Order: sequence, then structure tokens, then C-alpha cells
Amino acid sequence: MTALDPMAPIPAQVQKIDRENHDTFTLHVAAPGATLPPFQPGQFDMLYVYGTGELPISVSGDPEARFSLTYTVRSVGKATNKLVTSSIGDWIGVRGPFGVGWPMDKARGNDVLLIAGGIGLAPLRPALYHMLRYRSEYGRIVLAYGARGPNDMIYRGELARWKKEPRTQVLSTVDYGGLRWRGNVGVVTTLLTRVRLDPPHTIALICGPEIMMRFAAMELVNRGLPQERIFVSMERNMKCAVGHCGHCQFGPYFVCKDGPVFPYTQIEPWINRHEI
Amino acid sequence: MVTQSLESVLRNHAFLSDLSPEHIQTIISCASNQRFEKDDLIAREGTEADSFYLIRSGTVALQIHRPESGGITLNTLGESDVLGWSWLVPPHRWHFDARVMESTRVIALDGRCLRNKCEQDHELGYHLLKRFSTLIEDRLEATRLQLLDVYGVPAR
Repeated sequence: MTALDPMAPIPAQVQKIDRENHDTFTLHVAAPGATLPPFQPGQFDMLYVYGTGELPISVSGDPEARFSLTYTVRSVGKATNKLVTSSIGDWIGVRGPFGVGWPMDKARGNDVLLIAGGIGLAPLRPALYHMLRYRSEYGRIVLAYGARGPNDMIYRGELARWKKEPRTQVLSTVDYGGLRWRGNVGVVTTLLTRVRLDPPHTIALICGPEIMMRFAAMELVNRGLPQERIFVSMERNMKCAVGHCGHCQFGPYFVCKDGPVFPYTQIEPWINRHEI
Repeated sequence: MVTQSLESVLRNHAFLSDLSPEHIQTIISCASNQRFEKDDLIAREGTEADSFYLIRSGTVALQIHRPESGGITLNTLGESDVLGWSWLVPPHRWHFDARVMESTRVIALDGRCLRNKCEQDHELGYHLLKRFSTLIEDRLEATRLQLLDVYGVPAR
């Protein structure tokens, strides 16, 4: 079997677009006549918006979906804006998957605490799909999700469905609730007091803004979770995705190939350094 | 349904964990089990803060009232959280409304009773103050993070 050239994009066609909120959309793409490579939860692909640029985007769909790949994209610049304003049938280039994903093997047999902030829920969703598919292999699943406001939350329908899953606790909160919001208000770390932790048998997976991840990891350590049981997904300016260009260097690591998911023990010495 | 004694609930609440059995006994004399239903006001801004609450289950919203639009929630508290520290700080007035969002069980601690106990037993006062200092620091840190708007688009 010939290995795929990691630098050559596979042409893929936009099949469906779901609007998550005012600036975030979920794109479903397929490659007619070609096989899209399978991915591990937490890995990312490089999406080539023809004529505009290439973007590292975490795969946010079901890892066992055979014929399509799903990406949740927030419009923050020229390329992401062009991507989220795609039309059904538009073509993009896909190369990947890249990087190290969530440690699902280590999580097996344990309770799993997922802490997500904002669009950080997207890279965690494949892990959740995987655990719900193989439910008996995992202990209690807890998702603590924080967003800016009620209208900024993504996957709202699924959040409600996940709450009904057995042995699954879904907690959500917003920073600003407004007048009609009846749910929780406060940063995502404040939800952790409501989670019954069994530190020796829990694995925590964290994804969101870096500040949020730092404080969430600190809170977990304060609550007795060993650092080696905490994993975070880092974000840096990834360009080549194979560790050649150096754009995503983070201390001694390249986020694109050594991450994006790191054991907290590995990055803890670097995450508070202002120079990095 | 398993009914826990007040002593066992207090001993097992995260806020009072590691407190000596003697101090737990002292606190029990100021404690009572209470239950509130959705939309009940546990505290009203400006009124005397004569209690604080260890939340056992449910959700309570700390709100500030805005004329014409009602209560705006600043923060929600749930299981294992502590509601109220104004009982400790003169002039002992609530700074916010505390509105029940869903049926809530609490242990209510009588602030005046506890202040008197702390005056008589400074060691108890010290242990409680240490816990409230940590609580206030945690809330301050969370508020600062909330103000940061970490989910906003980073400036370029």
C-alpha cells in the first residue's frame, strides 16, 4: 500500500453546513471517488481553501463515519470566513490527519472528565462519540462546558441529548447570561465543585482558550487529580502540520506533530512562561 | 431515602472538611436543615445578612436587580458551594439577591450565633476565616476570568 503524501490535499466537496451560532459553522465534507483517511479523536486536518490559504482544523465528527469528515469552524479571518461561507458543492482540499489525539486507551476503564470552553468542545466531540459508542468500556462521563453566552454555545441539541445518556453528567455555564437565561453563570472551572471526582480513577481531557485550560488544570490538581491524568489540547500557529516549518513551536515541542494533545506533565513547565 | 444526620452532613461538606469534631459540634448548635423551592428568594439585597448556607443540592443564582428588567444573574451556585459571607463582614447586609433556580437543599448557619461562638472560641473563628478567605479568593479569581472574555476573538 502506498502511503498518502502528507503534503498533498485530497479534493473534498462540502455536503452540508450547520450553523452553530453567529460566527461558528459545522461543515460536513466528502471526497467523491476517494477515501478520506480515518482519524483519532483529537487529531486535526489541514483544510485548503483554494486561492486563500490553509487552516488547521480539528476533526469534530464521529471517528467511525466512513464517508465524510466534519469540521467546526469559527470565522475569525479571511480563510475561515471563506470556509464558513462555502456553498454546498464547493471544493476544498483536505490533508491529514495530523498530530497526537486524545489518549482513549488510557481513558478506558476510567471515569472521564471533559472540560471544554467555547469552540474547544469541537475537538472533544469525537472522543465523546467514541466513548458513547463503546459505553461499557468507560466509567462515568462528565462534560463541563463553558461558553461566552447562551447564544454562543455550540452543539446545543446534542448537549441536551448527552444529558440523557446513562452514567453521563453534562454541566454547562456561560460567562454572561443576559436576562432570560435560566442556566448556570460563571466560568467553567466553577462547575468543577459540582463534580464528584474519583482522582485515582479519572482522566481529564481539556480543550479551550489557553487561560481557561491553565486554570482548569490547576483546579483539578488542587482537587487531587494527579497531573499525569490530565491532558490538554494546545493551539498554536500550525502551518506545515508535519513539524518542518517551526511555526507552532512550543518550548521543545511542535504542537502539530507532538500535540495538539499533550499530557499536562509535559507542558506544565512551559505553559506559564511568558516568553513562549 | 437515606437520611443523614446534621453532623454527618456538616462533616462531609467540602467547606468544613478537616474541621475538628469539637468545632463541628459547636457549629451544629447554629445549624439547621432548610429546603427552598424554585423562585424562592433566600436573600434580598440590602437586608440583614443573618445567615450563610452550605448548598447540598440544587442551584441558586446570585442576582442584581435592574429596574424594568428584573434580576440579572452574576453567578450561580450549586452542590458543595457556599452562599454568603456578608454575615461575617459589617454592616452584615446582603449585597445581592439569592434566587432559587431549582429545588434546593441547604444547611443554614445562623450568622449571629456563629459570630458569638467565634468571639468565644478564636480558634474556631480562625478556622472559619481561613475557609472564607479561600472562598473569597476563589470567587475573585473566577470573576476576573469572567471579565477577561476568554472566548472572544483574540486581538491581532
